[in-house]
Amino acid sequence: MEDMIVSTLERAMVAGTPLLLATTGEVICERSGILNLGVEGVMAMGAVVAFIVTMTTGNPWLGVLCAVGVGMAISILHAFTSISLQANQVVSGLALTMLGLGISGMMGKPYVGKPLLVKMEDLTLPFLSDIPYLGKILFAQSPFFYLAILLALAAWFLLEKTRLGIQIRSTGENPKATETQGIPVTRIKYLCVLIGGGFSALAGAHLSISYSKSWIEGMTAGRGWIAIALTIFALWNPGRAIGAAFLFGFVFVVQYLLQPLGISPNFLSMLPYIATLIILLFISFKDPRRLSAPAMLGEPYKRGER
Amino acid sequence: MIKFNVTDRYDISAGRSFMTNLLSLVAGLFMIGLVFLFLGVNPFYALFKIFSGSFGSFYGFKETLTKAIPLILIGSGLTLAFRAKFWNIGAEGQLLMGAIFAAWISLFLGDHLPSYIMVPLMFLAGFTGGALWGIIPAILKIRFSINEVISTLMLNYICADFLTMLIVGPWKGSTRFGFPGTDNFPDSAILGLISGSRIHYATFILSILCAVILCIVIYKTRFGYEARVVGENPDAGRYAGIDFLKTTLILMIISGGLAGLAGVGEVAGIHHYLGYPAAVSSGYGFTAIIVAWLAKLNPLLTLVSGIFFAGILVGGDAVQISLGLPAATVGIVNGILLICLIMGDYFLKNKITLTIAKP
Repeated sequence: MEDMIVSTLERAMVAGTPLLLATTGEVICERSGILNLGVEGVMAMGAVVAFIVTMTTGNPWLGVLCAVGVGMAISILHAFTSISLQANQVVSGLALTMLGLGISGMMGKPYVGKPLLVKMEDLTLPFLSDIPYLGKILFAQSPFFYLAILLALAAWFLLEKTRLGIQIRSTGENPKATETQGIPVTRIKYLCVLIGGGFSALAGAHLSISYSKSWIEGMTAGRGWIAIALTIFALWNPGRAIGAAFLFGFVFVVQYLLQPLGISPNFLSMLPYIATLIILLFISFKDPRRLSAPAMLGEPYKRGER
Repeated sequence: MIKFNVTDRYDISAGRSFMTNLLSLVAGLFMIGLVFLFLGVNPFYALFKIFSGSFGSFYGFKETLTKAIPLILIGSGLTLAFRAKFWNIGAEGQLLMGAIFAAWISLFLGDHLPSYIMVPLMFLAGFTGGALWGIIPAILKIRFSINEVISTLMLNYICADFLTMLIVGPWKGSTRFGFPGTDNFPDSAILGLISGSRIHYATFILSILCAVILCIVIYKTRFGYEARVVGENPDAGRYAGIDFLKTTLILMIISGGLAGLAGVGEVAGIHHYLGYPAAVSSGYGFTAIIVAWLAKLNPLLTLVSGIFFAGILVGGDAVQISLGLPAATVGIVNGILLICLIMGDYFLKNKITLTIAKP
């Protein structure tokens, strides 16, 4: 029983890692006022690029690096249409998702079903991993796990404690007033969209080279969309995103735990999506003043317009 | 020195709008050509294959019209939702729910009822299924301010899992040799085809009617006006006393219901049984988003844009087979065209003039 709880929680951490990465990226992006619905597509791109590069070069970190680069590059499209062309961000993000899923499916076709032989070794922290129960759950994970938490904390620090963070937040709240302060609003928005794209791709890289060690079309399975929901659940705070992501990691894992009880696997695979709706419902009962969405989220900003 | 001057354009004529869309599409096709080049395929040959496969032959054109049916039904419903800025991304799920309801009626009543009762009943059931699935995000948005993009997407996944649960479980057919899927529908529940094609005419006529009626609804009725106000100026709408819940509910009943009708057409007109969700919906719910956007959210124009995108789907199948391209090609084509269309909107809304200033 104890073993089962420990291994469940351990796997919940693994399942929550890509959610945390993608959510952190989306938080940064949305804080600057840009809604990016392209997460799912960029995640798929990241997954396929990381997989192909790792497989051909044998170096997983090179794979991660290339994935992040490609994720940022493809996100430029959304940045350009939604920031420079003031296009509708919902439609632009959807287009990015379609494109990302399409390109990744095409690039990955020759690699479907091939196992990844290169392993990314787990990082077992000395001493800490010897703590009973907790050590195994928290301190003997893949490097992605630590990276995700460190990046989320760094993002929190960036947004809440630095000058650039204040500039990002005020860009999302009131771009016009921000610009009159001499802050380059457009550049900040571009930066945030690109960072968000990099995070989404990193989440995808984790899925293909660490989580499942294979590539198959549709392997992101809506995780990008769940990350967008978690952004709301985390109230646009990267610190809270940590808890939210691992809670959802648990929801992903719990279906395997319940399967032996004879519940239909198809019903169980609905759970993460139902949980997403429930959690959004739960959040809506909160005091609306605490629902601190950036004021100008999704609104196109045109310079010099009154 | 060359300088770009960007000013707002207030006089957007229909002709200019048409030309901008056309140029955007041409630009998109050019970029798609580049993708083909990158893949080592002759772009001219591939593009020629796409359009000759869908519009170049009588057979191809009949296939194109067959695929246009669900796109027009869903796309015209989406124009209404998108006008109210209700981003219904859940047409996939609504289509599936319509298919499930239709399958339910046909499997359990089909042997007892004649075709002339069965077919209308199936359409009614399909509409109801899609509408019910569409009402959920409407309520979630208005009552609980839950973002509809997320909720409709989650409902897509939930519905697909629900359908799979049915076809591997209680509805699994005895004639499927253990494969997932229901038994074939009884003859009374199968839609008639225009002879020599796969065009199920009941749905075909329905799709044209819906596009026309929705056009009247949007431009000529009080409800259509209110839906537009909800989207364009919600503050004014609230001040004018528009009931947001009622308006959103009605528009999602229509939008979801039409997607449900498309689902009926797919299972009762094409497949004749309920199979895997991906085979039933074929991504129509997502492609219809671009259909609605290309039609500039005018339901009547979805007749044109729906046939155009159906042509791309049919031609896409043709190049997949003849050039050995993966099925994901269609996703790339769709994504690029949608991005080009929204980029084109910029040039429609803004006037850009070049001035060459002397130093």
